[in-house]
Amino acid sequence: MSNIIRTKNAKDKIRKNSVLRPESAPSAQALKSDTQPAVVFCRPASLRDIETHYCAGCGHGIIHRLICEVIDELNIREKTIAVAPVGCAVIAYDYWDFDVSEAAHGRTPAVATGIKRVRPDNIVFTYQGDGDLAAIGTAEIVHAANRGENITVIFVNNGVYGMTGGQMAPTTLAGQKTATTLQGRSLRREGYPLKVLEMLAVLPGTKYLERVAVNSAQEVMRARRAIRKAFVTQMQGKGFSMVEVLSMCPTYWGMTPIQAAERIKNDVATFYPLGLVKG
Amino acid sequence: MAKIRIDKQRCKGCYLCVVNCPNNLIKIAKDLNSKGVKSVYFSGGKCTGCAMCALVCPECIIEVYR
Repeated sequence: MSNIIRTKNAKDKIRKNSVLRPESAPSAQALKSDTQPAVVFCRPASLRDIETHYCAGCGHGIIHRLICEVIDELNIREKTIAVAPVGCAVIAYDYWDFDVSEAAHGRTPAVATGIKRVRPDNIVFTYQGDGDLAAIGTAEIVHAANRGENITVIFVNNGVYGMTGGQMAPTTLAGQKTATTLQGRSLRREGYPLKVLEMLAVLPGTKYLERVAVNSAQEVMRARRAIRKAFVTQMQGKGFSMVEVLSMCPTYWGMTPIQAAERIKNDVATFYPLGLVKG
Repeated sequence: MAKIRIDKQRCKGCYLCVVNCPNNLIKIAKDLNSKGVKSVYFSGGKCTGCAMCALVCPECIIEVYR
């Protein structure tokens, strides 16, 4: 009993108003140690303690958490304004405990431009999927990047339209089967997958572009560093920063989450090479 | 000794934590949680508190203590 209270106190130091759920209370066996257990990892304060609507093994949950960790670490929660996309992450405002605006499909960089120009002291970032950013929103992202807007873009690339039922996106790999390419994407019929970061790298307005993945613990740590660097680039007023995150969509890839994580390593990351593109 | 705590009722059963634990200390339960999913549980043993499981958990339901 006393151990359980100690655990709660230790946690409260990191997160206020935390509630220890009775069904997940640590057993007496697990808490035999006399020293007070230190919290190594818990839910970041900016991430609301509610269940997400994402499928099992979806990368969105990991990326939401990484953004919240970075915002808490940089202590910019009170001046951050996010712009949520249309797509699977459309109700990201339910999960983030900071200010979020919603934009029309693909118009997220345009809305973020307006917010940043009116309130230049705020940290403004957009969160977009590949259907949002690379298909309907291509014009907005290219021109926001070309103008060198001082915003941060988190681009979640999972290669399909998840929200509408797994149709082909511009970033779908050659040969990948989707709801609209039943025989696999044909390069002759549908063209080549779009490498957005390489396309934006030639624009002088872009200052920091990096591609990361969230398929393993090591890659998640790299992704966190990249997202942090993108926010810092904006805070220093350098200009447009963007992180492309290769994410899993086990449901519409027709795989288990573990197979989907393997696919990122074996197939997706070979076409979309990880690492710094510009910056 | 480090340890982890998993909110089993919110586990969706992706098992990314199971494959990412370097010591294979996270196991899949035989019974179902309230979602009808075979959730994961911490089997005890020599946990180093590396937090690899928590890093890859999309639901953020793993807490790590050391």
